[in-house]
Amino acid sequence: MLSIKDLSVSINGKTILDGFNLEIKAGEVHAIMGPNGTGKSTLASVIAGREMFDVDRGEITYRGQNLFDMAPEIRAREGIFLGFQYPVEIPGVSMASFMRTAINEKRKHLGLDPMSGAEFLKLMEEKKKLVEIHSKLTNRSVNEGFSGGEKKKNEIFQMALLEPRLAILDETDSGLDIDALKVVANGVNKLRSPENATIIITHYQRLLDFIIPDYVHVLFDGRIVKSGDKSLALELESKGYEWVKKEANMAAAH
Amino acid sequence: MTTSINTLPLKDRLLSLFYENLPHIKGNATPVANRLREQALAAFERQGFPNPKLENWRFSDISLLLETDFAFDFRNQSRPFDIEKIFTCDVYDLDTFSVTLLNGWFVYKNAPLTRLSNGTIIGSLAKAMEVYPEIVDKYLGKAAFAEKSGLVALNTAFIQDGLFVYVPEGVTVEKPIQLINIVDSQVPLLLQPRHMLIAEKGANVTLVHCDHSLTHNVSLTNTVMEVFAHPQAVVDHYKIQNKGRNSALFTSTFFHLQKASKVTSNIITLNGGFTRNNLNVTLLETETHADLNGLYLVDRNQHVDNQVIIDHAAQGCFSNQLFKGILDDQARAVFSGKIMVRREAQQTLAYQNNKNLLLTNEAKVNTQPHLEIYADDVKCSHGATVGQLDPNAMFYLRSRGISEKNARQLMMLAFADEVVQKINIEALRQRIGNMVEKRLKGELSICDQCVLHCSDKGHTTFNIDMSKI
Repeated sequence: MLSIKDLSVSINGKTILDGFNLEIKAGEVHAIMGPNGTGKSTLASVIAGREMFDVDRGEITYRGQNLFDMAPEIRAREGIFLGFQYPVEIPGVSMASFMRTAINEKRKHLGLDPMSGAEFLKLMEEKKKLVEIHSKLTNRSVNEGFSGGEKKKNEIFQMALLEPRLAILDETDSGLDIDALKVVANGVNKLRSPENATIIITHYQRLLDFIIPDYVHVLFDGRIVKSGDKSLALELESKGYEWVKKEANMAAAH
Repeated sequence: MTTSINTLPLKDRLLSLFYENLPHIKGNATPVANRLREQALAAFERQGFPNPKLENWRFSDISLLLETDFAFDFRNQSRPFDIEKIFTCDVYDLDTFSVTLLNGWFVYKNAPLTRLSNGTIIGSLAKAMEVYPEIVDKYLGKAAFAEKSGLVALNTAFIQDGLFVYVPEGVTVEKPIQLINIVDSQVPLLLQPRHMLIAEKGANVTLVHCDHSLTHNVSLTNTVMEVFAHPQAVVDHYKIQNKGRNSALFTSTFFHLQKASKVTSNIITLNGGFTRNNLNVTLLETETHADLNGLYLVDRNQHVDNQVIIDHAAQGCFSNQLFKGILDDQARAVFSGKIMVRREAQQTLAYQNNKNLLLTNEAKVNTQPHLEIYADDVKCSHGATVGQLDPNAMFYLRSRGISEKNARQLMMLAFADEVVQKINIEALRQRIGNMVEKRLKGELSICDQCVLHCSDKGHTTFNIDMSKI
């Protein structure tokens, strides 16, 4: 589904990703872990199409297409979803008009008729339950005045509505209490299918207790330095990142 | 008959036209009105038209406009004009008491003056001067002073017709009163409607004031309106300005608020060549409340200038100014908001905010707050922003599949919506919201029909009626 080869990315001349490689197939869940400032969020932003980065080298292929040929909105309509680490507040834009616009633009892109108001409202109610949103969240401005937990739930709610093929969840667990974490994880798990894939970017192993990844990668200095299965996350939790850093530095020395 | 002398500067032409046409201009006006007009003419002769040397006209130059060879209608044109034929669209859920002015003259439907069963009087100012001279004389020129403004002086000198509304004590006028101000002329026309609204103690009235042009011809409208809110009265005033690119519209509105009265003003400028709104609000007595809002959406070479002066002359009053604008192309906007808090106006709450979105590098806005505070126990704030659309929000919307164009529109609508939400009547709020939306999508032009009536209620493919959720 997604193939990243030898990707190097910089911002203002500072290299952030440096020779990054990753292959993701449908049905897989990949966790990308690593200390702060190693390029995890940059990776997410580059896949979603944020324009502030310079791609210096390498390629990303998404379902056989060159991702860099696609505008952010085209990527989204083709099934890429980024769950933001810091969801943006947009005063005055209601959740409902936001999501209905998004869904209908996607449907148009896929050659489908727009969804009627009634259908949309029904879908929204259904998906609200999935992430246990009880408030009239949909009636409010996008993320405005939402608590940290509400914002993250709202990301999963949008993901549920848009049904992406490839979801990238950037630090979705940060700032969540254990109950909210379970709700978010539960939402993600329910959306898992053999047809779609998920990239979970996280700092801690905690979220991976609830969303079991197929692969765990450790990102350090802009590239993956270690990959494994879910047990790697547990090992990281007990040994800390210093252990991986040491290994990486030793490998670099050889 | 229209009159035009094109050899003299406009000011001199007006001065000579005044005396030549005095019998027509006076018409059946009251002696008080006629005395006022003589004084006002002298005041206009002294002040002339505004020029950029005046502090509050620094950014708005009308000298080119004044070179136009304007014509004037000093007599009510009795040409057949069936307003019902022009406004054929159904009024959906907005049921208004609708009156029309054509080229500054009241268009009689059934009667020039209607007295509702609750005692409310709505109609032509010219007729009101004949039938209710005691009311007109009591208020005319009591809020708008010719000595302080050349435009007010000019309007006052030529007072002939306009809207007159009187709401008796304790009466709530159920239907909003809608004033449709139409300019339709084959020659450049200068017109000067004069409006007056009196809300007696505890009265409650809503006025929707629409300015339109039916042709793309040059016109200059110099409107003066005086609004008197007696104790506990509630007055809502909405102005919708959708004028042709060759129109110049000067509106000077004066509100006098007595004890515990409440005024909401919302000026929505959708289109216009040159638009100048002078909003003067005097809080004469305690516990008054003034909520002053404005929205201007301008593009191409449009110029809009909002000047607000709020005078806190009594203790414990509240005022809030929220003016927002979106400027495209080479459009130009000016905002000046003055808050005057007099020494006796302790416990004043006065807020002001002017926010602007510039969509191009050529668009320009000048925004100036003026605070003059002589009391020591007050809460005042002011703020002004000029900026572009938030790139983070743009990316967030696009990352969900929304095109750049639609993302911009959503953001602009959201920006404008804060002002639209200040409209108290739901049906009107929806309708104006709809017009704003059409305007931002480039689908609203000045048309030959009243957009307030005819604005399309059909939903666009991506928008949703929030009231139904």
